[in-house]
Amino acid sequence: MRIKPYGDTRDDGVVQLSFTLPLEWSESADEAARRLVAAMGFGDVSVAEGRAIASGFSFFVVYAKTSASIELDGLAAAVPRERTLSMDEVDGLLRERVGRKVRIAGACIGTDAHTVGIDAILNMKGYKGDYGLERYAMFETFNLGAQIAPRELVRFARENDIDAILASQVVTQKGSDVRNFTELAELLEAEGIRDRVLLLCGGPRMTNLLAAELGYDAGFGRGTLPSEVASFIARRVTA
Amino acid sequence: MKLRIDPGAVAHCRHLAARIADPVEAFIARHSTVAVERAVVRLLGGSGTVEEGVPTANAVVERLGAGRLRRGAALSLGAVAQARAIGVAEAAAAIARGALEPESGDSVPAEAARAALEAPAAEALERIAARKFERTALLARSSPAPPPLLYVIVASGNIYEDRTAAVAAAEAGAAVVAVIRSTGQSLLDYVPEGATTEGFGGTYATQENFRIMRAALDEAGARLGRYVMLTNYASGLCMPEIAALGALERLDMLLNDSMYGILFRDINMRRTFVDQHFSRMLNAHAGIVINTGEDNYLTTADAVEQAPAVLASQFINEEFAHRAGLPDVQIGLGDAFEIDPDREDSFLFQLAQAQLARQVFPNAPLKYMPPTKHMTGDIFKGHRIDAMFDLASVMTHQSIHLCGMLTEAIHTPLLGDRALSLEGARYVMNTARHLGDELEIKPGGIIERRAHDVLREAEARLERIAEIGLEAAIEQRFFADVSRSPQGGRGYEGVFERAPDYYNPFEEALRPAEIPA
Repeated sequence: MRIKPYGDTRDDGVVQLSFTLPLEWSESADEAARRLVAAMGFGDVSVAEGRAIASGFSFFVVYAKTSASIELDGLAAAVPRERTLSMDEVDGLLRERVGRKVRIAGACIGTDAHTVGIDAILNMKGYKGDYGLERYAMFETFNLGAQIAPRELVRFARENDIDAILASQVVTQKGSDVRNFTELAELLEAEGIRDRVLLLCGGPRMTNLLAAELGYDAGFGRGTLPSEVASFIARRVTA
Repeated sequence: MKLRIDPGAVAHCRHLAARIADPVEAFIARHSTVAVERAVVRLLGGSGTVEEGVPTANAVVERLGAGRLRRGAALSLGAVAQARAIGVAEAAAAIARGALEPESGDSVPAEAARAALEAPAAEALERIAARKFERTALLARSSPAPPPLLYVIVASGNIYEDRTAAVAAAEAGAAVVAVIRSTGQSLLDYVPEGATTEGFGGTYATQENFRIMRAALDEAGARLGRYVMLTNYASGLCMPEIAALGALERLDMLLNDSMYGILFRDINMRRTFVDQHFSRMLNAHAGIVINTGEDNYLTTADAVEQAPAVLASQFINEEFAHRAGLPDVQIGLGDAFEIDPDREDSFLFQLAQAQLARQVFPNAPLKYMPPTKHMTGDIFKGHRIDAMFDLASVMTHQSIHLCGMLTEAIHTPLLGDRALSLEGARYVMNTARHLGDELEIKPGGIIERRAHDVLREAEARLERIAEIGLEAAIEQRFFADVSRSPQGGRGYEGVFERAPDYYNPFEEALRPAEIPA
């Protein structure tokens, strides 16, 4: 089955765009925006708003229609996650099958100072009433905090016999998040310890597909609960 | 719009903050740091770099060695200048290059060394005062928009792109532009040099970058008929040096918190206490408004639970600032709009917190930080949350308003994002300009009860901190749920005890005769 964006009618292909051009605003600036969007392959381009936002810069809101559609059959779907285990189930499983605390190191890597994601997963308090990994009896967690260089995280993992690494990236600048994730995975390979650790990543734009591409064992996106991460780790280390 | 709050409780909180600051101040008075001494070297004219880009200030401090440093870098520079009959700045440059040995001043009596410092120290202080008067004159000619000051951030990593973004933001209505620092910079134990075009998540703070932005904003300000303020970050391991450079280059605001680096950057607490004190003395003299970082408590933990920590920290920041000579009008205490937007009546809680800060610190230019923690990729919802933040700000008469970005959770702001944010804030604030003055807070209602709870809990926290001491409190996770030890963290090796004849001409000149209010 093929689908297109839905404005108010099936298959009308309506999209909205907004952008800034380095151009003094005038009526011809609106025309420049319209042509630009047409050059992107859109039809029925309508500049809903165009105005100056500073000298030499104009801002536009544009509606247009796309003729492109997407075939849904054969679209690689994210691996469906197994049922989330409760904290007791995770602890029970680990106690029985591992017999020691599983050591987890988490960090917001690169230059990102937004620890909201990693804190939600690791901190005792957790997220949306779901307790964080620090609360689990069978996890020993190390939250290294913000702005941890991938190299530093790898060194920490090696020196502290870490079983699972959680790398987080929330805010990006010019694709820095993907670069940092890649660097971490490559460093672990280079150090020869990649197969000894579970490598997980998280962030608002993260998906399992992207994580797999980057060489991670799993990726966790928006709205992930700590228990989902805990379940994944428990299943994998006991598999 | 007024809360009925207990003035006795507020006074008691201030009294407790003073008790908390007393032992810390005693420690500060007996110690100095490599960063304080480097700031002194810079103020005495030790600028630029020596071989391999090492700043002159770092090279001087390095070559003086620990023993001489204990008497203060100034004393050695004065002594060498005296012995060689050269200027103090010249002596600094020669020592940094290795052309002169610090020993060459060792036989000079302290009295004579101090005399040699008199003129260059006075000259540095006059230069800073001149920049301050320049600002006063520019502000007098300026026709500002109604308060609060709309504040935006630029953060491209490239100072020239930042300049373009800053000028565009000024044209779109920004009254204050902050250049976010390259995020690793707070952990560098030196200040980089020159104009920089690469940085991550921000742009390096350098004296040359300060000059480039200052010139661009002055030019834009002249064209727009309103002064545009420039902000940077006096935090991290080079707090006093950034304060010195900010003073010399007429920055108008500096992020400068007495505890932020300790808690959120794992910088040693003793280093931070000493550094913040001297940096704030310089800020006071330069007329620079400090911005404190209480918003960080809210972004890293639950904002409802942390509200008392914010208020307690504001009292402590205020006390340390007073002791460094900063008057209320230069103490931009921080707060943020970070309560979960899905929580019922969260806006009422935000109003309670913001209005409480307004009444407890009536003369402080309060800095209100936008929602960040609950912003998502849904920019449309984010724009609405920002509108509520704008409304809370104008209703409670906040002073410095850091505009929220609809793309907060996605990337550093695009040029268009800033314009949308400034337009949104102007619309909300204009349409609700006097709403706060027209409304009365219901006695005993949700807002007032919340404010009471926060004040009472802050008072209880301050009491416990005063009992065990600030260092122990930080160690016992009283702030932001992190534990730091008095000798742990970065930069502790740069803290040292002063010799009995320690001398810092700037500290002597700027020490407040009495604690201002």
